[in-house]
Amino acid sequence: MPSPSKDYFEFFGLQRRLVVDAEVLQRRFYELSRQWHPDRFGRRPVEEQNEALEATSVLNDGYRTLRDPMKRAMYVLAQEGFPIGEQRSKNVPPELLEEVFELNMMLEEIRSGDESQRHELESAGKHFLEMRAEIDGHLEGLFQRYDAAAPESESAKQALQEIRNALNKRRYIENLVRDVDRALNAELKPEQREL
Amino acid sequence: MSTFQIDFGERRKTRVVGIDLGTTNSLIAHMDLTHPTIVEDAQGRKIVPSIVSLDESGGLVAGETAREMLITHPEQTVYSVKRLMGRGLADVRDELKLFPFRVDENSESLIRLKLGERTFTAPEISAAVLRQLKENAEIALGEQVTQAVITVPAYFNDAQRQATKDAGRLAGLEVLRLVNEPTAASLAYGLDKRKDGVIAVYDLGGGTFDISILRLHDGIFEVLATNGDTHLGGDDIDNLLLKVALEDITTEWSDDLSTDSEGVQRLRRAVIKAKEELSYVARATIELHYKSKSYQRVLDRVVFDRLIGPIIERTLEPCRASLKDAGMMPEQIDEVVMVGGSTRIPLVRAAVERLFKSKPHTELNPDEVVALGAAVQAGILAGDVEDKLLLDVTPLSLGIETMGGVVSKLIHRNSTIPASATESFTTAVDGQRNVLIHVLQGERELVKDNRSLARFDLKDIDPLPAGLARIEVRFLIDANGILQVAARDARTGKEHSVEVKPSYGLTDDQVEAMIRESFDKAEQDMRERQVREARVDADHILAATEKAKRNPAWRELSAEECAAVDNAIRDIQNIYHSGDHDLIRQKIEALNQVTMKLAETMMNTAVRGALRGTKID
Repeated sequence: MPSPSKDYFEFFGLQRRLVVDAEVLQRRFYELSRQWHPDRFGRRPVEEQNEALEATSVLNDGYRTLRDPMKRAMYVLAQEGFPIGEQRSKNVPPELLEEVFELNMMLEEIRSGDESQRHELESAGKHFLEMRAEIDGHLEGLFQRYDAAAPESESAKQALQEIRNALNKRRYIENLVRDVDRALNAELKPEQREL
Repeated sequence: MSTFQIDFGERRKTRVVGIDLGTTNSLIAHMDLTHPTIVEDAQGRKIVPSIVSLDESGGLVAGETAREMLITHPEQTVYSVKRLMGRGLADVRDELKLFPFRVDENSESLIRLKLGERTFTAPEISAAVLRQLKENAEIALGEQVTQAVITVPAYFNDAQRQATKDAGRLAGLEVLRLVNEPTAASLAYGLDKRKDGVIAVYDLGGGTFDISILRLHDGIFEVLATNGDTHLGGDDIDNLLLKVALEDITTEWSDDLSTDSEGVQRLRRAVIKAKEELSYVARATIELHYKSKSYQRVLDRVVFDRLIGPIIERTLEPCRASLKDAGMMPEQIDEVVMVGGSTRIPLVRAAVERLFKSKPHTELNPDEVVALGAAVQAGILAGDVEDKLLLDVTPLSLGIETMGGVVSKLIHRNSTIPASATESFTTAVDGQRNVLIHVLQGERELVKDNRSLARFDLKDIDPLPAGLARIEVRFLIDANGILQVAARDARTGKEHSVEVKPSYGLTDDQVEAMIRESFDKAEQDMRERQVREARVDADHILAATEKAKRNPAWRELSAEECAAVDNAIRDIQNIYHSGDHDLIRQKIEALNQVTMKLAETMMNTAVRGALRGTKID
């Protein structure tokens, strides 16, 4: 059996596209799992077992990456030389400055026990979710634009550049959504169970 | 290559068994042609209680024998040891109040339990249970059993899994795979017959709770999410009822029974009996007759349900969390499967039905279904079962410590395993030779709130100005859910040595040493037995020879022949206490040789006498 490629698209036998048919991807994942999963190598020599372990870890990592449109886009960006670095809550996108400022005020008050802001915070949360949905719609269009452009072409690069900006903004909003969620559900304390 | 073919041929013949190593009970199963079958012991029992006791000879016994000794010798008997697997002292402080574990003072880094005068680690005690299961299977199947699949709670962390694997090694088993209990159960249920669907497995055992959500697709069992609590199970119900009964008794007898370990164990048995009855009848009686006193308390299901309600409630939060992680609404779950003895409790079934809005499956015996599934997984690994494949996940996120005591997650929970992540490390100081990586498991942000797995020391880094070295570390969670770490120098491409210091549990060297010790012990035991047997034989022949010397036939031997016999007797006497069984046997043989003539003469004399006696003349 030939060693599988480390490139996720090649491993799955898919073209390098930002729009992927989820059903096809899942079917390939199951087929390749049947072929490579370590359970299939229980009676094989150690070298083959190690190879299966290695291949399956790439397969699983690849499936996780390709089935999530955002992770898939980041993977392609990194491959094409547009990496998205570690970005924390600094670098506020300029168009969000005002809203972030207001949000921080609200969060501050909620944390200090002022429940009067709860309703405002809820509507702010809803607003951020709408913004995220809007970006997702925009990204979908960009993905199609990239897929339609010739590889390495100027318009492909242009699309990737725009995708990177949109993803950065999306990630920033994602963090805001999370902050609002946490503030609203503070008393529930999710994931605080002892291990 | 011929060696491979030979190796392959031999391996094909060996059978892989499936083991459910439970908190309360354990079972072993194998694939019988097409179906998984539970092994029965000589008395026809399938269940081996996970109870271990130190017997008079200083060896560990497990199962029914130990269950009896829990009453007669509570000080040297232990149960529910699975709760201590892969744990540190700080983790189990609460358990220690509830269970009669006698912890040795020397337990800082590794819990050691006292059984009588001796101390044992949790893997050593579990190994005694595994050895009993192995022996039962070897007798039932009439062949050696050396390879096994062992089940673990899905929510077990790396250290708990490692400890289970260690127990297998100590019991002389090659653990081919650790498989999660709820997923094993789903394999046994034959739910793959329906081509597609989403199922939930609710597994409430003696000491652990798991919930797993799976997607079934044409024989593939893909786990979407798993959650649980490794400190929640039937044990907790027992302890609750025990506490109530003990308080009753203190009032009624004006005598504190809780300090009397035999009394407590008898009461515990009575409480469990009543609990089990309440799954089938509306009322049961907790009954104890002990030291000429009696206690009786009628418990009806309404009161029982009210008592255990909070415990059952604790299982529902992990269920909701796993649904959320799987991205599913309760209505989207096609089937719910119940696993573990505690799911016989009507309140549990009602709670699950309410949450998932569908009637749970209870067709298979909840005590047996995990072992049956383990046997199916064993069949998959042996290549005997080809239509099924399990794709499981890691229950907890894996991360490393970064600046300020914060965890940076590398592999998220519910990632399909094997899963990997690569991270680059560098030096902070000029000429730095070592980098220490602290690996943690858990969902929290801060190091102190997560579970420390191990510290990996990257050694012998080329001395370079700060920040120039680049070591790529690959974290790989294998199909058993156990972490493997490999490091590579990104500049030179050469493999880097990594020294592992596990935060809990045994190091590889310790396990090796234990195996060697038990091996040495086995050899020593064997030698002693052979010496004893040789001495018994020597006693026999010496006695027989002494007796023969009083026979008239002795006088028919020549002086030389007599001297040869006497010398041979002296030879045996001289080496009798040597402890060398071969030498003893050699001298026995020598005496046999020189007494041949004497024996012949005696035989002839006897025959002559006999003939005379028959009066044929």
